[in-house]
Amino acid sequence: MNVSFRLNGKAVDLVDVSATTTLLDWLRIDAGLTGTKEGCNEGDCGACSVMITDDSGAKALNACILFLGQLDGKAIRTVEGIAAPDGTPHPVQSEMIKHHGSQCGFCTPGFVVSMATAHLNGATDHDTQLAGNLCRCTGYAPIVRAAKAAETAAIPDHMHDVPHLSAGKSGAVDHPTSLNNFANWYADNPDTTLIAGATDVGLWVTKQFRDLGKTAFLNRIPELSGISIDDTHIHIGAMTTLTDLEVAIEQFHPSFAALIRRYGSTQVRNAATIGGNIANGSPIGDGSPALIALDATLHLQHGTTKRDVPLADFFVEYGKQDRKSGELLTGVSIPKGADHLHCYKLSKRFDQDISAVCGCLWIEVEHDRVKAARLAFGGMAGTPKRATSAEAALVGHDWSESTIRQSMEALRQDFTPLTDMRASADYRMQTAQNMLLRVWHEKQWHLTSVHAVTS
Amino acid sequence: MSVAKPLPHDAAALHVSGQARYVDDIPTPSGTLHLAFGTSPVACGTLNEIDLDAVRSAPGVVDVLVAADLPHENDVSPSAHDEPLLAMDTLAYVGQPICLIVATSHGAARAAARIAKYNISEGAPIFTIEDALAANARFEDGPRVYGRGDVSGALESSPQTVSGTIHLGGQEHFYLEGQATLALPGEDGDMLVHSSTQHPTEIQHKVAHAIGKPMNAVRVEIRRMGGGFGGKESQGNALAVACAISAMRTGHPCKMRYDRDDDMIITGKRHDFRIDYTCGFDADGTITALNVVHYTRCGWAQDLSLPVADRAMLHADNAYFLPNVRIESHRLKTNTQSATAFRGFGGPQGMMGMERIVDHVAHALGVDPLAVRRQNYYASSGSISDQNKQDTPYGQIVEDAIIEELSAEVCASCDYDVRRAEISAWNVANPIIKRGIALTPVKFGISFTLTHLNQAGALVHVYQDGSIHLNHGGTEMGQGLFQKVAQVAAARFGVPVDMIKITATDTAKVPNTSATAASSGSDLNGMAVKAACDTIRERMSEHFAALHECSISDVKFAHGQVRINDHIYSFAEAAMAAYQARVSLSATGFYKTPDIEWDRIAGKGRPFFYFAYGVAVTEVAVDTLTGENRILRADILHDAGFSLNPALDVGQIEGGYVQGAGWLTTEELVWDDKGRLHTHAPSTYKIPACGDRPDVFNVALWEGENRADTIYKSKAVGEPPFMLGMSAFFALSDAVSACGPAYADLQAPATAEEILKAIGRARDV
Repeated sequence: MNVSFRLNGKAVDLVDVSATTTLLDWLRIDAGLTGTKEGCNEGDCGACSVMITDDSGAKALNACILFLGQLDGKAIRTVEGIAAPDGTPHPVQSEMIKHHGSQCGFCTPGFVVSMATAHLNGATDHDTQLAGNLCRCTGYAPIVRAAKAAETAAIPDHMHDVPHLSAGKSGAVDHPTSLNNFANWYADNPDTTLIAGATDVGLWVTKQFRDLGKTAFLNRIPELSGISIDDTHIHIGAMTTLTDLEVAIEQFHPSFAALIRRYGSTQVRNAATIGGNIANGSPIGDGSPALIALDATLHLQHGTTKRDVPLADFFVEYGKQDRKSGELLTGVSIPKGADHLHCYKLSKRFDQDISAVCGCLWIEVEHDRVKAARLAFGGMAGTPKRATSAEAALVGHDWSESTIRQSMEALRQDFTPLTDMRASADYRMQTAQNMLLRVWHEKQWHLTSVHAVTS
Repeated sequence: MSVAKPLPHDAAALHVSGQARYVDDIPTPSGTLHLAFGTSPVACGTLNEIDLDAVRSAPGVVDVLVAADLPHENDVSPSAHDEPLLAMDTLAYVGQPICLIVATSHGAARAAARIAKYNISEGAPIFTIEDALAANARFEDGPRVYGRGDVSGALESSPQTVSGTIHLGGQEHFYLEGQATLALPGEDGDMLVHSSTQHPTEIQHKVAHAIGKPMNAVRVEIRRMGGGFGGKESQGNALAVACAISAMRTGHPCKMRYDRDDDMIITGKRHDFRIDYTCGFDADGTITALNVVHYTRCGWAQDLSLPVADRAMLHADNAYFLPNVRIESHRLKTNTQSATAFRGFGGPQGMMGMERIVDHVAHALGVDPLAVRRQNYYASSGSISDQNKQDTPYGQIVEDAIIEELSAEVCASCDYDVRRAEISAWNVANPIIKRGIALTPVKFGISFTLTHLNQAGALVHVYQDGSIHLNHGGTEMGQGLFQKVAQVAAARFGVPVDMIKITATDTAKVPNTSATAASSGSDLNGMAVKAACDTIRERMSEHFAALHECSISDVKFAHGQVRINDHIYSFAEAAMAAYQARVSLSATGFYKTPDIEWDRIAGKGRPFFYFAYGVAVTEVAVDTLTGENRILRADILHDAGFSLNPALDVGQIEGGYVQGAGWLTTEELVWDDKGRLHTHAPSTYKIPACGDRPDVFNVALWEGENRADTIYKSKAVGEPPFMLGMSAFFALSDAVSACGPAYADLQAPATAEEILKAIGRARDV
């Protein structure tokens, strides 16, 4: 594959490179830019953070699970390019020094890039912006002090990157630009590995040494991107990133947006797509429980044939989805209307952790009766799944603590969770039950979140 | 004077611009080869046969080694010669290196390592403390016992007793930079090794043995590590030896770095402990007798487990006077990673046991644990009437205690009493979210308990232009040692710090160094550098005193100048003048810690030069539906003596606290029933993230100086703040205790799941 991008302000045109070489390896081994560090090689530590700019703006991403094939036509800024070309430090660099924000310094390049990207974007929610950057030395306090101190500093001109468009032909088979053309081709080439955000597929390469064989990068198909809203539905293109989904869904379902805020990290959400999250079929992905509770419909296309399937029915069993060979997931739609969604994510660490249990509970109460309930859970079974017995114990009954407790009891019929390194089966069941109780307490206006408490 | 200034880390500007170079960033000569280990898939077994055909023919593979291919000693142990680089016939844990792949790239080596095939007869593994006790699988022939007094008699006559058990999980270091080595073969069999290590001399020693050369043939260099925390004290030996042997075999430079998963699966972690106790006390909370038993899970090899377990015993008292005490310690051998050094080196576990006992006693009495703590603190140094409350279980008198003073000051500054009352009221009013608060003290002994390690060397050159070249035996892993020591050197010569060039630790410049460990870095190396600087200064002074016909004491070094009464030289002019007068401007310095002696078998003596102190108050909120929790506020007052650099010391305290709190909360190591570690990456092993730091985080340094004669009266600060994180655990215990009348028996790590269980125990009467 030929790949063109701008790197720290200079155009780079790579000819016939492996599309699945990671940007991190290319930077460190081929380009000799060793400022960007490898901490985990799986997108969980942020030491390899780089800033990527395209027509949607500048974003921090993890270079260790970013393929060269995803970078064509973009601009990359590494830690070496954060200071101005004349060597003047960026404000976040000066403040990091002033506030003693580095100790061993190994995570620092990643922090500096994340901080400079947030600074460029005017983002001051530092805990969220930096949730994907791990530091083992400082305890983070001086880093956040530095980020705050830099908030009001002017943005250096050189941070406004201009993407470098590809010199090569667009619409190549492995980098398609038309949905229908690609759907036809994929129907004939179903053994192709589809690459969306690569936050999972990246690990197939870096950790499992899998040969991906034929690959196709989907990031240039316009029909797969974006969110459209009409009178009755919200339609989300499969290639919509979690970052974009969080912003769009906030006004309709703030609890879903708050859940997405805890999905991976800023770097992961900037890459990960909702289509990838669903198609992957993981029982612990956080997107599907919320979308099932929102009664989502999935849109699929095989060649020219399109079909819709309720998302709840898409997950057949662990590792098996209702997606035919060569069939493409194009998007997902949810009905528009009043909000009755409560999303709860339970994990060992609050930020950037995979759920032990993710409970997304849609409970409509009318005249003190439960009118409708869709209770969807991740982490409780081999697939994201609705709790039909618990739902039945709610619907049509009085809205009362005793009804909730009956539903909690009925939940035992719905799931037989597993024990693993994230949680025991008992804990999963108890906390899933308590998520129902939490809805009750929330509706009584009891304080139920440790994040709402201050000293 | 340059000491006591809050200067930034010496490499801060390089860190933020990506220019700070780590081992994996060093440009390598063409032809450099890359290494990876093929590792054991079983925890226990006999290795019958290795099938390497597929490995040898894998893309990029140049060479493959097994134990029989090693030319000399097959050992990378820092202690007992029980750690083969490559397994011979016995397999002792999942992840144990069996074969060494040498390939043209890091990726090729790792990929090939996975396809080695092993014929293994599996044995019956020992994983748990209970398994090991049943099988009597242990290091040393039996338990060590320290103590004094008539413990059983005192327990019998105590008005009340509590008994219990606390389990303390291990901890992965999670240095952001994984283990790494680059070995460059030289002429005549010489070897230059760049190793990310806290202990260059150990690397030199192990490499020399492995390649069959004397130590003078091996040079080890390290400019900086991307974090160490004890995890690079002995765990780098395997990579360095593998690289050196491969470099010798192939004639090519060889580099090895562990991928994160390999790093976590292969290397040792903090020791996990079970601590059983029976404690007698009277109605006012005075502890009258204590019997405590430490069970230490050491893993498959001895490594540093004996001194770790010793230090746990030496901190079993933490900050409390124990008139009758028996401390028994079992060092158990299991088929898991060989547990190793980790910040605190057993101290945290010993202290957690004692704090847990105090927490339990307070619950039994129905009083604030703080009252029991203050009732039992070692008497302060100025207190004559309480001198009998200054004797440790091992016979060292606590001469410098300031625990009560620290507690009083932090309680006042953080409004402890008011907040304690507010929290009680909150807990009555709120059904779901409970809050808790706790103060815990730290008393940490400073010195290596292996007495001969308490020595250090330095090498200082003054060049004819007045620039100064500084070298010492300590290593830089982020703690700011190099800057602190540079500040000492600058102060001795009276010059600005930017005239000092800090250089990589190098076994060819300063030999026979101790590991940068035990918080000793600036104490030892600061003194050694001071000695070297003073030697040069004295030579210069003698010269100028003779020249200007005055006494040596009239020669002053300050403000970048050398003044002899009315004669003023810039330091550069003075250096040039001294050079031209043929004065030697290069000197070594040496230091050994005075006044320490220790009998580890008897458990008696003065193992520590002095103690470092600190106190932390933490407030938390706990969600009783799930056990989820948050640290709301932490207030810390810590004793760094006369701080060499308050900014760097505060950095150690903030970072140590968060790391300590992580150990006791979210950081959980999970092995399955085959001994496979399932938490071997940041996706599954959860160190604190940015949002986990306390919302309100007040850190202050105690205004005082070390009573012991240390470098500028400063105190060691590397490890002690780690144990301030205990206050987070006991604040959680406090919040849980608001849920019900029974003692909640909180275990560590207090994950959300463990907290929810503890809430159940508190409620279940």
